[in-house]
Amino acid sequence: MTISDVIIDVVAAGLLIVAALLTLAAAVGLLRFPDPLLRLHAATKPQILGLILVVLALALSERSWTVLFMLVPVIVLQLLTAPISAHMVGRAGYRKGHIDGDNLVVDELAPDVDAAGRSGLPGGAWEDELGPGAPPAPDQSRPRPAGSPAAGP
Amino acid sequence: MTVLWFIAGTIFTVAALVLLGRLIAGPTLIDRLIASDVLLTTLILVIGTEMVVNGHTRSIPLMVVLAATAILGSIAVARFASRTAAQLVEVGETEDDDDHL
Repeated sequence: MTISDVIIDVVAAGLLIVAALLTLAAAVGLLRFPDPLLRLHAATKPQILGLILVVLALALSERSWTVLFMLVPVIVLQLLTAPISAHMVGRAGYRKGHIDGDNLVVDELAPDVDAAGRSGLPGGAWEDELGPGAPPAPDQSRPRPAGSPAAGP
Repeated sequence: MTVLWFIAGTIFTVAALVLLGRLIAGPTLIDRLIASDVLLTTLILVIGTEMVVNGHTRSIPLMVVLAATAILGSIAVARFASRTAAQLVEVGETEDDDDHL
């Protein structure tokens, strides 16, 4: 084993450790952040960057371009599908009222939801801009969910 | 070298245990969904790490299939959650009643 082999192996192991640290950061973020949107933000770190690091480490340790090209579909699939699932999860959390509207700087979904005759988040950002009462109150036959957002531990 | 691999494996294990804690604790369906998503990503990364450590490439198809199908579970549960919320609003229930989901 030449000295360059040792260097390549150490670099590959270092990439693995960085990917593991990214995963640990996501786990700690999921544990500590209070809101589903913040947890989604933390969750996306290892999904793309960690995967790229592990793929690079594997190609380096095998010293093979073929392995790298075989793993490109994994990265492409994650790049394509991760935003879709994150979007749908975030929207589901919004609809269920688990997101604290007071923490949002901009709530661009609330006017559209109100226009559609449903109710937005309690304490949404539009209340600060337009005052209470505006936009028009949703249909009274459809009671506004008075759900307080779920409090994280 | 072995020491570096051991460090990476230990960090992955700790992260997976923390994620499992969030998966159990919840408190909502959405939190569990996010935690299980990250746990699946961790599984993909661990499979790659195992290939580096043991010096083989036999698990690459497993990584491809997991990356391709990871989205299905998220979409299914997210649609279920949205639909449950909409139906409860329709029948006049408050959304507090389904916090256990």
